[in-house]
Amino acid sequence: MTGSTLIDMSPNLTLVVATGALFIAGVYLLLERSLTRVLIGFILISNGVNLLFLIASGRAGGPPLIGEAEPAEMSDPLPQALILTAIVITLALTAFVLAMAYRSWQLHGHDEVQDDLEDRRIVRLAAKNSPSFTDLDADEVTESIDEQAAEARDETQRSDS
Amino acid sequence: MLLLLVAHAVMALVAPALVSWLGRRAFLVMALAPASAAAYALSRTSQVMAGDHPTEVVEWIPTLGIELSFRMDTLSWLMLLLVGGVGALVLVYCSSYFAAAASGLRRFGGVLVAFAGAMVGLVTADDMIVLFVLWELTTVFSYLLIGHYHERKASRRAAMQAIIVTTAGGLTMLVGLVILGVHAGTGFSLSGLLADPPSGTAVTAGVVCVLVGAASKSALVPTHFWLPAAMAAPTPVSAYLHAAAMVKAGVYLVARFAPAYSDLAAWVVVVSVLGCGTLLLGGYRALRQNDLKLVLAYGTVSQLGLIILLVGYGTQGAALAGLAMIGAHALFKAALFLTVGVVDSAAGTRDLRRLTGVGRAMPLTAVAGGLATASMIGLPPLAGYVAKEAALESLLHGTADGLPGWFGPVVVAAVVVGSMLTTAYGLRFFWGAFMTKRTPPAIPVVSRTSDGADVETGLVDPATISRQPLLLVGPGLVLGVLGLLAALAPTFAEELLAPHADLYPTGEPGHLTLWAGVGPALFLTLAILGVGALLFWKRRPVEHLQAAMPAVPEADRSYRRFMRMLDDLAADVTAFTQRGSLPFYLGAILLVLVIGPGGVLLTQTTWPEDVRAWDMPAQVVPVLVIVVASVLAARSRRRLKAVLLVGFTGYGVAMLFLLHGAPDLALTQVLVETVTLVVMVLVLRRLPPYFSDRPLASTRWVRLAIAVLVGIAAMGFAIVVPGMRVHPPVSVDFPEEAYEFGGGKNIVNVTLVDIRAWDTMGEISVLLVAATGVASLVFLSRRGGRILRAQDTPDVAGDRTTGWVVPGGDAKAAVTGRTAGELSGLTARATAAAPPSSSMRHRVWLPGGRTLAPLRRSVIFEVVTRLLFHSMIVFALYLLFAGHNQPGGGFAAGIVVGIALIIRYLAGGRYELGEALPLQPGLLLGTGLFLSAGVGLFALTTGGEVLQSVIIENHLPVLGHVKLVTSVFFDLGVFLVVVGLILDILRTLGAEIDRHIDETNASAEAPEGVEGTPEDGADRAAPTPEVRT
Repeated sequence: MTGSTLIDMSPNLTLVVATGALFIAGVYLLLERSLTRVLIGFILISNGVNLLFLIASGRAGGPPLIGEAEPAEMSDPLPQALILTAIVITLALTAFVLAMAYRSWQLHGHDEVQDDLEDRRIVRLAAKNSPSFTDLDADEVTESIDEQAAEARDETQRSDS
Repeated sequence: MLLLLVAHAVMALVAPALVSWLGRRAFLVMALAPASAAAYALSRTSQVMAGDHPTEVVEWIPTLGIELSFRMDTLSWLMLLLVGGVGALVLVYCSSYFAAAASGLRRFGGVLVAFAGAMVGLVTADDMIVLFVLWELTTVFSYLLIGHYHERKASRRAAMQAIIVTTAGGLTMLVGLVILGVHAGTGFSLSGLLADPPSGTAVTAGVVCVLVGAASKSALVPTHFWLPAAMAAPTPVSAYLHAAAMVKAGVYLVARFAPAYSDLAAWVVVVSVLGCGTLLLGGYRALRQNDLKLVLAYGTVSQLGLIILLVGYGTQGAALAGLAMIGAHALFKAALFLTVGVVDSAAGTRDLRRLTGVGRAMPLTAVAGGLATASMIGLPPLAGYVAKEAALESLLHGTADGLPGWFGPVVVAAVVVGSMLTTAYGLRFFWGAFMTKRTPPAIPVVSRTSDGADVETGLVDPATISRQPLLLVGPGLVLGVLGLLAALAPTFAEELLAPHADLYPTGEPGHLTLWAGVGPALFLTLAILGVGALLFWKRRPVEHLQAAMPAVPEADRSYRRFMRMLDDLAADVTAFTQRGSLPFYLGAILLVLVIGPGGVLLTQTTWPEDVRAWDMPAQVVPVLVIVVASVLAARSRRRLKAVLLVGFTGYGVAMLFLLHGAPDLALTQVLVETVTLVVMVLVLRRLPPYFSDRPLASTRWVRLAIAVLVGIAAMGFAIVVPGMRVHPPVSVDFPEEAYEFGGGKNIVNVTLVDIRAWDTMGEISVLLVAATGVASLVFLSRRGGRILRAQDTPDVAGDRTTGWVVPGGDAKAAVTGRTAGELSGLTARATAAAPPSSSMRHRVWLPGGRTLAPLRRSVIFEVVTRLLFHSMIVFALYLLFAGHNQPGGGFAAGIVVGIALIIRYLAGGRYELGEALPLQPGLLLGTGLFLSAGVGLFALTTGGEVLQSVIIENHLPVLGHVKLVTSVFFDLGVFLVVVGLILDILRTLGAEIDRHIDETNASAEAPEGVEGTPEDGADRAAPTPEVRT
């Protein structure tokens, strides 16, 4: 591993600060209940992650266009390709969450994510130790094996007649 | 042997079709599959006896040392013969047992053959993992068979119980097999393991795990309860399950491992305790049953205890007796169940207190039942007698080494008592099934069934018992006679079975014989038969005694209680972890990020020695913008403000991209940020302007703390990660590769469409899915509404032109100067001033503009749009085709077209959108994905790989030298997908929400219910309390 093949990898503190700000604000909003805020938090974090890619790709350089800069002077093109797809995916995700927020508003008149009703129901039932679903296997009140045997009839010739 | 498995699989698959075609006679065809297994075993008899074991190996997962290997030694030969032979007879029996119109026969036939196939594989597999797979397959198929009458609760419950108990054992066994496989020098090979068995504490634990699996499968105490309950299955299934399959798998496993591991103290103790306990408990319970199938079921439990005891005991003599017992038991138990089926079919009941005169009415059946019963209780000269004699003889002759002196006699005593019980319930069975009774039963069975029908309790009338067809009686009779024939040639049987028994480490070789001379064993046999007969003769007092015994908790009851506790525990764990709160989940995930990777960051990494403040001072400005905008966005209480601030951070990031030397990224980011802003505003016009006020003070600080922790962790990663690079980046060769192979100068673009084209294809698939998701969330019942065209607008002008009332909200919105998008939504009315004449249409700037309310039309905006739109399309096409060499490409081009569409929509309303691009977005998305994938395949035709670029250079007249790289079609596909995505967003979050708004306004204006909107959607826009599904 010769040093010449590695570009300067020391981290860029300015970008680190921007990443930190985006993450802190983003996570703070992400932990909210309003879908709009969650979405805004998500977009902020996405921007932060894209910057992380940039920091991890090393020093800045010329645009990765052949003819515009010498290959040794270029910025690393691979992370850029990754970021590019991430940007567009974020757009698609934004639209999707917005559609969810709109649907939530249609149904409930607000865009807040409520606690899952089924989960709450299980919590309530667990607190009283009552079963949250019918489990035939845990049913202690059953007919005896004799009664079961009396009912177990096969579909034979005789049952036809 | 592999061929046998294939034959079974094929037969199982065609079985449903066969039943449809041939009716129940199809079972005769299906019988060919197991019959072929038995025939195969028979044809190789001499080879197996000579010790030349047939072996087949097919490579499966070489890296894990797992192969499809099959081997037939003496034990496998015996099992294969039983599985195949009994299986074939049971299938023949099925062909006349079931009514022609019986339900579910197609499924039943297929599953039964598949079950037989799994057993065939199980007893011949020589690889432990393959063995386990087949083992679990038998569990699954038996589940389906036991639950055949799935409309009955008892049936479902029995099936569920069987699968849970045996799967729990099976998983334990898997642990054991893996332990053994890891410690064996020969990997997962079964024969390799047993030829040179490893030892040690771990191996002992592994062996015990395997025993647990075998015990659960063979219904040993304390898991015995699933087997009697499994009699809910049709009788032929019970015959197969109890005699040759399923429970015999556990026996097979014990017999397979015993030669290598029966010298372990743990082995002998487990086998003896479980074996003796099961033998006694099963016999005791069998004695007090009144249903013939239940008598037999508990009898099987009892006999399995004895067989496991014999094959696992560790002495050669006991092993030989055990193998003989396996054969004898398969013959007589199958015969007995099949006979019960005949009786049940003829008399209509299996209650032994009600049956009378059956033997006289059906003498052949009675002969079959008699032979089988005699074999079961050990009367000479039948197979059961030979086996039991050998067992007593060998048990009296001594135990495995290293056991206390009292051990042997206790085992002998248990076997003797168990055999007495066997004699008693055997006699009771025969008496109950076939003899003529004078007195009607004293006790009613159950007065009512669960459906409320009365249960008959009187004796059946022998006159109603009709002879049954030969195909029904035959199989049981064949098995009964075979039990007799086998016993008549005991020395031949000994020669056949001895090779496996000789593998056992201790004891002297045993013998199979009809007359062993006068000795202790003979006296014990006489005592067994005598006491057994006495127990039967005095059955009334015995019944009373059993009824008077204090009730011990039944295993079945304990199992149910345990399952209930398990459910409770699961509910508690679920209640603790699954709070149903999104912030809770996200917080937990983020904290794990901080503690896990963050902890590693703190403790295990080296911080870089040198850092840079910046690459260039200009970077500081966008960073400042980003920091301020993010803080303000987090604090903002207005939705719109927050969205705009997020836009600032996005543009700031774009600036950083540009400064870093990534023009493509900067371009895409700016475009996407613009689209995002517009789209968010389009939706936000419907949501309340302020975030709802909630008492957040308590959680705010928690959220802030988590956020700061995550932020610090992210910054830590950002500082440490760059220094982690030890190899030159994979992309150092990209410039050369991009030009040589990808034919482009824009390395990022070539990376997207060629070097990492698979990634891109996955990514545009995500776009397609997201677009479809957005459309489904808003259109609900359709993929997309119809395409709106300007000439389609209905003429509602007559009563509306003068009635243009600007609602208060509109005016306010106009005054506060929100974006045009918001305005368009608030005031859009699907009305037009007047139907324009064709001459007028030529003069409008935008055809859709006339559909808007006059108040919100802006001539300047329309004119600018008209001028700008085509320029933008041209620009987009430039980006698309130049993108291979210059900044641009399909993504950027697609978004530019999207922005052009957005402008058209904002200026002219939703009808203008239809005018601008009268296509369904699904068409664009599909075509785009097809183009990128289809062109990827094109390279195959020129001998390249999928998605490889092909460069075609040619001299064309006029155009001159043209260089066409096929990846441009890939980029075209990307372009179409992005356009489709944005079109979808506009049609849903823009146009469709417009329509919802119009509907709301219209219904507010016309409370009498007059529909004022042109498109009557099934879905209403207003927040109606719909039931969530």
